[in-house]
Amino acid sequence: MSKFQFPESIISRPVYGTLTSRPGKAHLMIADAEGAEAILDLAVQDAVLMAKSHIIYIPKGTGETYTTKLRALKPAQFYEGPSYEASVQRLRHVLANAHQGLQVYLAGTEGLMGQAQNEAMQAGIPHTSIQTEHRGSVARRMQCVHCKGITEDVMHDPFQCAHCGLHLFVRDHYSRRLAAYQGVRVDAEDHGNIPEPQELYS
Amino acid sequence: MSAAPQKAKPGAEQIPVTVSAVVPLNDLVTRFEFKRRDGKPFPTFSGGAHTVVTMNDDGRTRLNPYSLMSDPSDTSTYAISVRRDDNGRGGSLFMHTRVNVGDEMTITYPVNLFSLDLRARKHLFFAGGIGITPFLSMIAQLELMNGNWELHYSVRTEALGSYVDELRYKFPNKVHVYYDDKSEAIPLEDLLDGQPLGTNAYVCGPKGMIDWIHATAESAGWPDAQVHSEEFLAPAPGKPFEVRLCKSDLTIQVGENESLLEAIERSGVEAPFLCRGGACGQCETNVVSYDGEFVHRDHWLDDEQHADGSKIMPCVSRFVGKSLELDR
Ligand code: FES
Repeated sequence: MSKFQFPESIISRPVYGTLTSRPGKAHLMIADAEGAEAILDLAVQDAVLMAKSHIIYIPKGTGETYTTKLRALKPAQFYEGPSYEASVQRLRHVLANAHQGLQVYLAGTEGLMGQAQNEAMQAGIPHTSIQTEHRGSVARRMQCVHCKGITEDVMHDPFQCAHCGLHLFVRDHYSRRLAAYQGVRVDAEDHGNIPEPQELYS
Repeated sequence: MSAAPQKAKPGAEQIPVTVSAVVPLNDLVTRFEFKRRDGKPFPTFSGGAHTVVTMNDDGRTRLNPYSLMSDPSDTSTYAISVRRDDNGRGGSLFMHTRVNVGDEMTITYPVNLFSLDLRARKHLFFAGGIGITPFLSMIAQLELMNGNWELHYSVRTEALGSYVDELRYKFPNKVHVYYDDKSEAIPLEDLLDGQPLGTNAYVCGPKGMIDWIHATAESAGWPDAQVHSEEFLAPAPGKPFEVRLCKSDLTIQVGENESLLEAIERSGVEAPFLCRGGACGQCETNVVSYDGEFVHRDHWLDDEQHADGSKIMPCVSRFVGKSLELDR
C-alpha cells in the first residue's frame, strides 16, 4: 500500500493532499518511487493533461515497473533521473525557462517533495499553488541541529547523524527553507543514555 | 496580510493639510495636491496606498478614500486625482466644485490595501479609467528600485485619458494604452501567456474589468495569490432604515443617501474604519438581532457570513426590514 495517513501533528509539519488536475499552460510533475502511482492516478482524471506535461521521475530502487507505466502515459517530456541530486539541475533549468501558468505537481517521499517545492518557490511559485501527494516510504530527510548536516531517508528514531555521529531524536519540527526535519541530540542531558531505535510509525 | 494588529479606531491618524494645487486634467478628472499645515514632512508611503479625505460640506461630513498618486518618496506633497461623478453621492462633486487652492482640509495617514508584492519577478498592471491612480505611485516606487513593470491602460477616449501623455513620454516601451472609442481592447489572454514565472498582475478599474482579469488569469493557471485587485465601492443609496446600537443605547435612522457607517458617525458614536469601501475589514460589526434582509455589498465577509446574518460591514452594506440591532 503506497498511501499512508500521517497522524495529526504540530503546525510546522507539512500536510499533503491529493493531486488534482488544474487549468494551466504547462504541467510539471516531479515524483520518486511510489509517487509514480499518484501521477498515474492524476493522468486518469484528465485525458489531455499529459500532452502538456513534463515528468521528472526518480525510481529510487523501484526498477522498471513505474518507468514503463509513466512512459506509456505519453507525456510531452519524460526524464528519468538516478537521484534527486542528479535531477536538480534539470529541474532548475525547466523552472528558469517556465512561464506563468505552469502547474507543479509533486508526489512521493517527503524529502523529494520538500526539496522540489523549495526550487519551485524560489522560481516564483507561491507554495499555496504547489500540489503535493505523499506516497511510499515514510522516511524523512533530517537535519542535525548541531552539525547542520543532512541525513536522507531516516527510518528510525532515534538515529545516528551521518555527519557528526550524534544520536538524534526525530521530531515533527520542519524547516521549509531546508526541506528537512530538525533532529536534536537525544542524550543531551544524560550522555550515553540512548533509547532503542524504533522504526517510524511502527 | 502582514499588517501589525491594529486597535479598532475611527480611521487612521489625521493630518491637517492645505490644498496647494488644483489641476484640471480633462473634463472629468482633477488633481488635488496637499501640503502639511505644520510644515513637517509627510510620512513616506508604499505604492498603492490611499488616504481618506474629510470634506465639510455645509455641516455634513463626507469621508472619501482616494489613492495617493504622487511619488511615495516625495514627502513634501501628497496628490490625489478625483473623477467627477455627477450621479454619485456628492463627494467628488464637492471636490470639483468647492475645493480651492489655499483651503484647509484633513486627510488620514496612508493605508495600503493594494501593495506591490516585491518578491515578484515582474509587475503587470491593468488600469481602467481613473483606476490608473494607484499605479502612478507604484510606478514611481518601482522606478527607484529599477523594478520590472509594464502597464496596460484602458481609457474611454483620447481626451479622457488621464496621465496618458506623461506616462507615454516617460516610459514609451512600458506603457500601452487602449481606447474604447476606437474599439481597442486589452489583449489579455496573449498578455498573460508567456510571462516569466513569478510575475504578479494587478488590476484597478471597474468591477467588470477586475472580474475579467481574475477569471482569465485563473483559467490560464495563474496562482490566485499573484493576481491583486483593488476596487473601492462607493456606498449605494437605498431605502431609509432604523438601527438600534446596543452598546451606545441609541436608535438611529439611516437616510437614503448616507451609509450605515455615516449614520452611526453622525449620531456621535465612534466606529472603526479604514477604507470606507468594503475592502479592509476594519468596520466589521456584529449583528445582535435582525428581522429582515441584509444588502451586503462588501468584499470582506465570505458568502457564508453574508448568508448567516451575523455580521455587517456598515461602510457599504445596508438593511431592509423590520428591525436591526448592532453590537456598537
Ligand atoms: S471601512 Fe473598510 S471595509 Fe468598511
